Amino acid sequence: MTNFTRRGLMKTGAAAGVLAATGARAAGHGPKKGGTLRLGLAGANTSDSWDGRTHSDSFMIMAAHGCVFDCLTEIGADGQLKGELAESWEASADAVTWTFKLRQGVKFHSGKDFGADDVIASLQMHTSEDSKSAAKPIIEAITEMKKVSDHEVTFTLKAGNADFPFLLSDYHILMFPAGEIEAAIASGNGTGLYKVESFDPGVRFVGSRFADHYKGDEAGHFDSVEFIAINDSSARMNALMTGQVDAVNRVDFKTEALMKANPNVEIFEVTGNQHFTFPMLTGLSPFDDMKVRQALKHAVNRQEMVDKILLGHGAVANDHPIGPANQYYAGDLAQNDFDPDKAKALLKEAGLDSLSVDLSAANAAFPGAVDAAQLYQASAKNAGIDINVVQEPDDGYWSNVWLKKPWCACYWSGRATEDWMFSSAYEAGVPWNDTGWENARFQELLLTARAELDSSKRKEMYTEMQMLMSSEGGTVVPMYANYVDAHSTKLANSGTIGNVFQMDSSRLAERWWFA
Amino acid sequence: MSIVIFTAVNLLPGDFATQILGQGATDEAVASIRKDLGLDQPAVARYFGWLAGTLQGDLGISFAQMNFQSNLGGTQLTTVADQIAPRFANTMFLAGVTATIAVPFAISLGILTALFRNTAFDRAMNIGTLSSISSPEFFLAYILILFLAVLNPVFPSLSNIFSDMSFSDRLNKTMLPALTLTLVVTAHMMRMTRAAIINLMASPYIEMARLKGLSPMRVIVKHALPNALAPIINVIALNLAYLITGVVVVEVVFVYPGIGQLFVDSVKIRDLPVVQACCLIFAAAYILLNLLADVLSIISNPRLRHPK
Repeated sequence: MTNFTRRGLMKTGAAAGVLAATGARAAGHGPKKGGTLRLGLAGANTSDSWDGRTHSDSFMIMAAHGCVFDCLTEIGADGQLKGELAESWEASADAVTWTFKLRQGVKFHSGKDFGADDVIASLQMHTSEDSKSAAKPIIEAITEMKKVSDHEVTFTLKAGNADFPFLLSDYHILMFPAGEIEAAIASGNGTGLYKVESFDPGVRFVGSRFADHYKGDEAGHFDSVEFIAINDSSARMNALMTGQVDAVNRVDFKTEALMKANPNVEIFEVTGNQHFTFPMLTGLSPFDDMKVRQALKHAVNRQEMVDKILLGHGAVANDHPIGPANQYYAGDLAQNDFDPDKAKALLKEAGLDSLSVDLSAANAAFPGAVDAAQLYQASAKNAGIDINVVQEPDDGYWSNVWLKKPWCACYWSGRATEDWMFSSAYEAGVPWNDTGWENARFQELLLTARAELDSSKRKEMYTEMQMLMSSEGGTVVPMYANYVDAHSTKLANSGTIGNVFQMDSSRLAERWWFA
Repeated sequence: MSIVIFTAVNLLPGDFATQILGQGATDEAVASIRKDLGLDQPAVARYFGWLAGTLQGDLGISFAQMNFQSNLGGTQLTTVADQIAPRFANTMFLAGVTATIAVPFAISLGILTALFRNTAFDRAMNIGTLSSISSPEFFLAYILILFLAVLNPVFPSLSNIFSDMSFSDRLNKTMLPALTLTLVVTAHMMRMTRAAIINLMASPYIEMARLKGLSPMRVIVKHALPNALAPIINVIALNLAYLITGVVVVEVVFVYPGIGQLFVDSVKIRDLPVVQACCLIFAAAYILLNLLADVLSIISNPRLRHPK
């Protein structure tokens, strides 16, 4: 991957143009225009709507963030940040004040011009009273939004945050037309590449290419797109195999071999930040003892889990939540490996001869979580640790088990920035902190790194944080799970596939074309 | 009936607020959604509110829609009835196509097996239909997909029909689920037809007909069948009701946007108004079709039509 300095990128944002131009193209010929892209997608619900604040599953993320709407910034397929509706941005030295210059001549599908008012109204949606937006914490950190001109906005933050432009690429923070947000949510009126032709929640979405789009010939190569909700995984795989859709998400590993044998189908997978965890409530005995936590970290056979639970579609993780799709991922840290003798020694240091703990799991936590817990049980036996696997009901798992039981299974889809991930789940006092782990140095680094604009200093700090979590933290992260999707050989792409989310970071309709 | 439905639905663990928020369920957000939806009211109050609405033909507004609205402020809302109507029409279409294939097919098979009873043909048909009714529906569905969509691409494996589709496209896409359901319901109707006819074959008036020298086919169709109609109609009605209420699995496998799929999706997010409305429709379908069957079997039987 190209190594741009993040400092230069963030302070001026002017590099955005350069980055857009470096996107690799299939040698010889450019993307071909035309055709109807048909996707068979899991993750659709009858409760779906165009309200970005409520999006959490793949169908709507791909339809809204990937087709109909735009954000201010965008993470390219190569992992670099670039402007989408924002052209460039600048930060004050303390990263508290941010000035965004907006792209000119952008139109909503209704014909309305896009400008600074729309940005302010769209962001305010998330902080309105009793808003249930998942992006609320991001927007709440803005104390003031000021319109400088029609195409320039200044944000003042509560505290410096060097990742601010990165956060604005989040799929919840879509740009709606000011003053007509309700109508825009009802009909799906955005600035995106495809405009809504028909939308039946939980069933189907049809969009046609928006002719006036500012991305022009650079993106959105299909004439129209049709997304079909296929939550049943066998039906989804069948639809691709029989040629009724051009690509599907979430490949079913059980039928993977059959798909590989089909010459018209190709599987594509990327390792992103999605990871599975076993968080322990470190306020409770025996997990309050660091040595016990370390013993448990050395009592799990990670490779076996990757091989048996993910059937090889993943990578071994190292007990911290930062993944290969993050900027400052420290891949060279000492790996917590499977070492029963070391685990036994650690237990002895903790003053214990043996250990008996409950591990709560249900497949709602992640597919195969119960099997993973049983593998953990088997491998821990070698270290004299007796794990009692408690199978919990899938229903109500997140409200009754997670954050409540001392040790359980959990998953995280990962976050685009280190700070966002840490402050979602590991900052002291946040509601999703599923370990309650307290470490003064970690908390201090979290705050310092947030306001630091110097890329090399941030790298140092984030590496130290990952190291702290890996050795002392309260969660066992055995593996990263790949995003595994499949497409028909009729489709072509640039060769670089985004790893922020499934289906080329949910932008398949924007970046791919018919060969 | 309504109490049973309401209680059963409310016994499901978790509620709309916790399901829709998933991992992101903070106490504050859950409470806010519950308040918007009226889930903070006691169950008895909610039951009578729902019952009163239903009796006036108002099935309410789905939680998904209400939650959507509370984010927005007043917009035009789709009611549960609006949401169910197109799905119900799709399910009726599938049931109609299936019935058109299955009923004549099952009755003719029943007559033929009665005619050629205890022959190799009879045995083969019985084995075939009984094994198809004994297999789970999804298994039959996959077998049909394998043979009719993957190996010989005759029909599409995806039945994603939508409103502005031509009738022939719609029929083509509906074929595989209809055939699956046909396999499921045929055995019951065919066996009943066969048994009812064979039962009558021992009666004196059939013997008389045979002695007159009528052909076996004529004996069965003209003399035995009219008297066997009552039990056959009952079984057909039962199976038609099944076509409306029991299609959940088949709709999910074929991605058919009918009421069954809506039901499954709604149960998943604990959207109680939709789930309750679907249950009521299912219950009503059973009751009405059974009533219809009783009426028809009375009409088909002169002894019942003209009681002494």
